[in-house]
Amino acid sequence: MGKEKKNQTIKFKHPPKIIGNYAIVGPKEGEGTFKDYFDYVVQNDNFGEDTYEKAERKMLEHAIMGAADKAGISTKDIDVLLCGDLLNQIISSSYAARSFDLCYLGVFGACSTMALSLAMGSAFIDAGHFQNIACATSSHFSSAERQFRYPLELGNQRPPTAQWTATAAGCSILSSEGDGPIITSATFGKVIDFDICDVNNMGAAMAPAAMSTMLAHFRDTNTTPDDYDLIVTGDLGKLGSEILIDLMEEEGIKLGINYCDCGQMMFKHDQNVFMGGSGCGCSASVLNSFILRKIREGVYKKVLFMATGALLSPTSCQQGESIPGVAHAVVIEKGE
Amino acid sequence: MEMQERNKRYNDYVNARIPKTHAWPTLLRAFWVGGVICMIGQGITDGLAAIFPAMPKLAIASYTSIILVFIASFLTGIGVYDRIGAYAGGGSIVPITGFSNSITSPAMEFRSEGLIFGLCVKMFTIAGPVIVIGVLASAFVGLIYLFI
Amino acid sequence: MEYFLTYLYVFLVGGFICMLGQVLVIRTQMTTARILVTFVILGVFLEAIGVYDYIFEFAKAGISVPIVGFGASLAKGAISAVHSRGILGIFTGGLEATAGGIAAAVIFAFIFALIFRPKTKKS
Repeated sequence: MGKEKKNQTIKFKHPPKIIGNYAIVGPKEGEGTFKDYFDYVVQNDNFGEDTYEKAERKMLEHAIMGAADKAGISTKDIDVLLCGDLLNQIISSSYAARSFDLCYLGVFGACSTMALSLAMGSAFIDAGHFQNIACATSSHFSSAERQFRYPLELGNQRPPTAQWTATAAGCSILSSEGDGPIITSATFGKVIDFDICDVNNMGAAMAPAAMSTMLAHFRDTNTTPDDYDLIVTGDLGKLGSEILIDLMEEEGIKLGINYCDCGQMMFKHDQNVFMGGSGCGCSASVLNSFILRKIREGVYKKVLFMATGALLSPTSCQQGESIPGVAHAVVIEKGE
Repeated sequence: MEMQERNKRYNDYVNARIPKTHAWPTLLRAFWVGGVICMIGQGITDGLAAIFPAMPKLAIASYTSIILVFIASFLTGIGVYDRIGAYAGGGSIVPITGFSNSITSPAMEFRSEGLIFGLCVKMFTIAGPVIVIGVLASAFVGLIYLFI
Repeated sequence: MEYFLTYLYVFLVGGFICMLGQVLVIRTQMTTARILVTFVILGVFLEAIGVYDYIFEFAKAGISVPIVGFGASLAKGAISAVHSRGILGIFTGGLEATAGGIAAAVIFAFIFALIFRPKTKKS
C-alpha cells in the first residue's frame, strides 16, 4: 500500500458543456419511477428487430441521433464518439458507430462506462483537441441475460440479491461551445476487489470500488458530501448502496439524504426487480433524463455522478475468480 | 495477509446484510406445483392404461414421460413455463418437465446463432450434465451389479 | 377411494421431492443444472440399493415424474442389461431405458425452437 496518495482527479480549466442529452428505454423501464422524463419509451423489447442484440444497437443509434438533434447539431458535427456496452467485444457500440460518419473510441468500463466516457470526453475537450464529443452507452436485459446468465425461457427463480439489467441507452453531447450543464472535474477509479464471488450480488462487489473512488474524490477536491446537492451512484442497487453508506461511515464520511442510487431508484417496488436496476443503460438513462433536466431547471446545482462497474465475464466467474469493481466519477454543475 | 482478513471481514458483513427469502411460502408453492405436476403424470398413466389395456407397463411409463416432456416443451415455447418457474422454483425444476424446459429454452434462445452452432450446439448447455452424470452413474451401478 | 388415496400419495410424495429441490434453491443457491444432476444421482442411488421400487409401489408418479424417476430408469436399465448381456449392458443399458424421454426432449425442443422466439421475462 502506497503511503503517498496519488491524485486521481482532473479539474477542468475549460469545463465542457453538455449541450444535448437523450435517453431511450424499454417498456419495463418506461413504467418505472422516471417514466415522465425519458425521451423515448420503446413499446416492444425487440424494437422491430429480429434479435435483441440488434435491438440494443438500434436503441444506441437512436440515442446518439436524438442527442445530436436536441443539441441542435448534425451527427456530422460530432468529432468523436466515446461509446461502450456490456456485450462481448462491445459489439453494440462498434456496430452502432458503423452507421455514423465519425471517429469512434470504444471504451469498456462495464456499468461505469457512462461516467468513464464523460470523463474522457471532457478531458479531450478541455485540452482543446475536439469541439463536439458524443458519450453514449447502452444495455439490454435480454441480450445481457443470455450472455451472462440463463436463457430467457428457463424456469428458474432469481435470487433476492439479483438486479435487473436495464433495457436502456443514453447519450450526452459534450461541447466546448454552447449552453448547458458543465462538467467541472472527473475522478478516475482504481480496480478494487474485496473477493466477492457471487455473480448475483453485484452491488456488494462494486460497493468497495465506489467507496475508493468517492474517498479519492473528496480528498482530491477537498469537499465533503454536504457540498453537493446530489450524490448519485450508478447501479449499486438497494443492497449495494446500503453497503456503501456503511463503508463510508467506517471511513468517517456520512452520506446523508442527498445520496441516492440510479439502480435503486429506476424501478418501482412492485416491478419485481429485487435490488433494482443495473447495466450501463441504467445510469446512462437516469443521468440523461432526470438528472440533467433537474440541473437545467436549477433544482440541483452541483451533482456528483459516479457510475460503478463490475468487471467480470462469464468465463472468469466459471473459473472461480472473484468480481473486481471499478467506479469513475464526474462532477456536473449548473454553470452560468 | 491484511488483505485476506479485510476481504473475509467484508464477505461476512455482506452475508449478514443479504436479505433472506422467507422460506415457507416458497416451499409451499414448490410443494403444491410439484405435487400437481406429478398428479398430472399419474393421470396420463391411468388414462393410457384405460384406453390401451394391452399396453405393457414400461411402454406406458415411457409414453407418460414423452407426453409430459411435450407439454413442458410447448409451454416453454409459448413463454409460460418460465413464469411457472418464477412462481414455483424447485416445484417446476425437479419434475421431468423441468428437464424438458432446460433443453427447450437454450435451443430457442440460441436459435438466432444459426441452426447448427446455435440451436443444436447450445441445446444441452444446461441439461448436458444431467445426461453425462446420469450415464456415468448408471454405468457405475451396472459395473457393480456385474460383480455381485 | 383407491384412486383418491393413490393421487393423494402422488401429490404428497411428488410435492415433498419438489420441496427438497426448493430447499436447495434457496439455501445453496444451486442452479437448475445442479439441482437436476443432484436428483438424478439420488434416483440412481435409490434404484441401486433397491429402495426405489418400494416407494414406487405406493407413490407411483409421485416418484417417477420427478427427475429421480429418470435416474432410477437409468440405473434399472443398466442393471437388467448387465444381467442379460454382461459387460455390454454397462454401456447400453442406461440410455436404452431412458431413450424415449431424451429423444422426446431433443425432438420437441428442436421443433419448438424453430417455431417460437424467446420473450423477455416479465418478472
